[in-house]
Amino acid sequence: MTLESTDTSIGHLLRELAPQVLGAVTRRHGDFAAAEDAVQEALIAAATQWQSNGIPDNPSGWLYHVAIRRLTDYLRSEVARSRREDSVATALSFDHAFVPPPDADIGADEDDTLVLLFMCCHPALTPASAIALTLRAVGGLTTAEIANAFLVPEATMAQRISRAKQNIKSSNIPFTMPTDAERETRLGSVLHVLYLIFSEGYTSSVGESLNRTDLSDEAIRLTRMVRALLPGDGEVAGLLALMLLTDARRAARTGTSGELIPLDEQDRSLWDQKLIDEGVTLIRETFSRGSVGSYQLQAAIAAVHDQAASTDATDWQEILGLYGLLEQLSDNPMVSLNRAIAAAMVNGPATGLEMLAVLDDDPRLSGHYRLDAVRGHFFEMAGDYDRAIAHFRAAAERTASIPERNYLATKAARLAEQRGQ
Amino acid sequence: MRFMLMMNVPAGNGVYQIDDWSPADFKAHIDFMHDLNKELKEAGEFVGAEGLTPPGEAKLVRASKQGGPPVTDGVFPETKEFLAGFWIIDVDTAERAYAIAGKASTAPGPGGAPLLMPIEVRQVMQAPLPGV
Repeated sequence: MTLESTDTSIGHLLRELAPQVLGAVTRRHGDFAAAEDAVQEALIAAATQWQSNGIPDNPSGWLYHVAIRRLTDYLRSEVARSRREDSVATALSFDHAFVPPPDADIGADEDDTLVLLFMCCHPALTPASAIALTLRAVGGLTTAEIANAFLVPEATMAQRISRAKQNIKSSNIPFTMPTDAERETRLGSVLHVLYLIFSEGYTSSVGESLNRTDLSDEAIRLTRMVRALLPGDGEVAGLLALMLLTDARRAARTGTSGELIPLDEQDRSLWDQKLIDEGVTLIRETFSRGSVGSYQLQAAIAAVHDQAASTDATDWQEILGLYGLLEQLSDNPMVSLNRAIAAAMVNGPATGLEMLAVLDDDPRLSGHYRLDAVRGHFFEMAGDYDRAIAHFRAAAERTASIPERNYLATKAARLAEQRGQ
Repeated sequence: MRFMLMMNVPAGNGVYQIDDWSPADFKAHIDFMHDLNKELKEAGEFVGAEGLTPPGEAKLVRASKQGGPPVTDGVFPETKEFLAGFWIIDVDTAERAYAIAGKASTAPGPGGAPLLMPIEVRQVMQAPLPGV
């Protein structure tokens, strides 16, 4: 099963409407957790009924009608279960029990979708639960589809989503826009979750888990949606450009047996030129407005790679400068590691090795397999195959990724063969 | 991150030690495992768990150059400990995996005393991490 389990056009429409309807229901009832369940049920009902009866004239009104009816049923059963609970009884006041007709305007507010995203990606949630909740509440995916994409049992995913909702409730996270003071950090959390969803799909186009690449498409769709809502935000544009420019290389990134093909060995004719053009235009426009941020810089680096005909023809000087700026913005040793690679491409492996020596002392990176992998490359560049082999092997032993281990072990084996062993 | 937690027990004479426990001790052990799995499910961390038949039932198959694979019956004398069961969990950190293993290790045995079984914790290999 793929993320598109229903008829494609209906599936697309439902997932477009999902956050608008959920926003409207939550705004009216206040209880996000119950509203989310009700909307999910309405989506599932629509997926089957619209297929046989056709799409109604007012699809969002239809979904809203069904969701409110389900929610009212649920609240009624809660009251029946525990008559003494005043809070539930109050929720069943006349106003709340009124079910609008299916053709009524739901009064969708564009900001609702943003408020939902801020809520689902709240920093009080763990990344794993924020990802699951965002895909269901904002992406309109079913629990089964999300479980399938993350290769866990459906019951486990259902628990993860329900715990995320409980957490929102117990942390008293309101259904409102963040204040101006916290807005930037909160938007940062939203973008981080979208990026994690993208990576989850992008890093796993291996064999039987092909369905997971749909997660990249879903992340791009959601980021496009955020961009439409916040067209002036440089980091939103930067993240979208980064996803497009990275996704453009998808077809070239793995071989027929799922083996990893590094950038310098990829068949660049397989890169998606349309995505590259869109990403490059987007990041150029954003930079021309004088905006700077971590996603924008990463997108700019991806743009330099994507526009080069080969590794040798790549403007490594430009990439080195961009990593320098990125290093100033974010205290992340992985960025320093990448800057060392760019420096080695510009000034030779000796410079790269010097820069790595400094990183050995960083506790966040010391002993990390990537340090060994990069050292292996530098020693290979320098023609010191003995050391290169030793470092590639050390890296292969410690990576937790099978494609990466195979790549590193093959690299070591090839050098050993060349060396004549 | 995914981990496999492997519950190893002494090989003994090919049957589970559990077979000579009192019914009450046996029930306490089963309840403990049931509760642990329930806890993992409710935490959204459970991927799978299985118990294996004792080594007396085990077969060892090894293909040979001569042709058809020869099948050897258990118990295998060279094996001091064997795998009795395993969990696969999906957690945020390695520390969480160690904590769950630590709890599994305290499953009660005879007289309710914790068995303190060795639980081997192995990370399941995954897709490569993203990098620019």
